Amino acid sequence: MIFIVIIFVVMMLAAAIAASIFKDLMSAVIASCLVSLIASILFYFLQAPDVAMAEAAIGAALVTAIFIIAIRRTKRHEE
Amino acid sequence: MRKIVSLILLAIVALGIALCVMNIPFGAPKTKVGNHYINKGREETGAANIVTSVVLNYRGFDTLGEVTVLFIAAVGLSAVLATRKKKVEKEIEPSSMILNTGCRFLFPLILFFGAYIFVHGHLTPGGGFQGGAIIASAFLLTYLGCRGRRVSERRIKVTESLSGLVFIVVGLLGLAVGGQYFLNNFLPKGILLSLFSAGIIPIIYIAIGFKVGSEIAGIIDKLMEES
Repeated sequence: MIFIVIIFVVMMLAAAIAASIFKDLMSAVIASCLVSLIASILFYFLQAPDVAMAEAAIGAALVTAIFIIAIRRTKRHEE
Repeated sequence: MRKIVSLILLAIVALGIALCVMNIPFGAPKTKVGNHYINKGREETGAANIVTSVVLNYRGFDTLGEVTVLFIAAVGLSAVLATRKKKVEKEIEPSSMILNTGCRFLFPLILFFGAYIFVHGHLTPGGGFQGGAIIASAFLLTYLGCRGRRVSERRIKVTESLSGLVFIVVGLLGLAVGGQYFLNNFLPKGILLSLFSAGIIPIIYIAIGFKVGSEIAGIIDKLMEES
C-alpha cells in the first residue's frame, strides 16, 4: 500500500517539475493536469473521497480547459 | 542573480512549511469539536455523511460565503470580458458525425451523474460543489464537441439567481421557525440513510449544485465565445 503511494508521489513530483520546465505551454498544462489527477488519487488513498472528487472535477478537468482556452488566445510557446 | 534569490526564498518557504508540518501530531486524539462531530453528528443532523453535516449544518454560514466568493469571481470575469467588443462570428467548421453523436450521447449521462452526486450529498461522498463541477464539465464537452450548440446566457443567469435565492430563503426560514440561528435545520430529520432525510441539507445541496453548475458553465461559455 505504502509502496503504491510512494510511486504516485514520485510521479506527481516529476509531473510538477516537468510543468515548470516545459517551454511548450500546452505540454506544461497537461503536466499540471497530471499533478491534479494524482493529487485526487492520493486524496482517495487518504480516505477523503469528497476532496478527491472536487480535485478531479475542478483541478483536472475545468482548470485545464480554462488554461487551454487561454493558450489558444495567446501564444503557445514560451519565449 | 534572480535565480539565486528565488532559490533562497523557496528554501525559506520550504523550511517554514516543514517546521509547521512537524508540529502536527498525526494520529493524535481529535479536538473536542472534532469528537463531537464524529460522535453526535449523525443523530444531530440526520446526515449519514459527516463531511456534509459539517459543511451544511455546523458550518452552513461559511458555505454561503464560499458560494458568494464563486459568484463574485463569475461576475468579475463577465465584467472584464463584457468591455471588449464582440467579434464577428467566425465560420466554425462543423464537427464530424462521430464526435457529434458521441457528445450528444454522453451529455445527458454526465448531467445525470452530476445530479446524482448532489442529490445524494448527505448519504455518499460528494455534494453540491462536486456535482456542480461535473455538470459544468458536461457543458464543456458540448462546447468542445458540437460547437454549434449554445446555452442561452439568460437561462444560466436565471438558474443561478434562483438557486442562490433558495439557499438564502431556506436559511431565513430556519431563522424564522427555530428562531435560533441562520440555516437552522427545521425540517424533520427522517430515517438515517434514506434519501428523504437530514431536513434542509438535500434542499440546500441541490440549490448549491445548480448554482455552481450554472456559474462555471457560464464562465466557460463566456470564454469560449471570445476565443
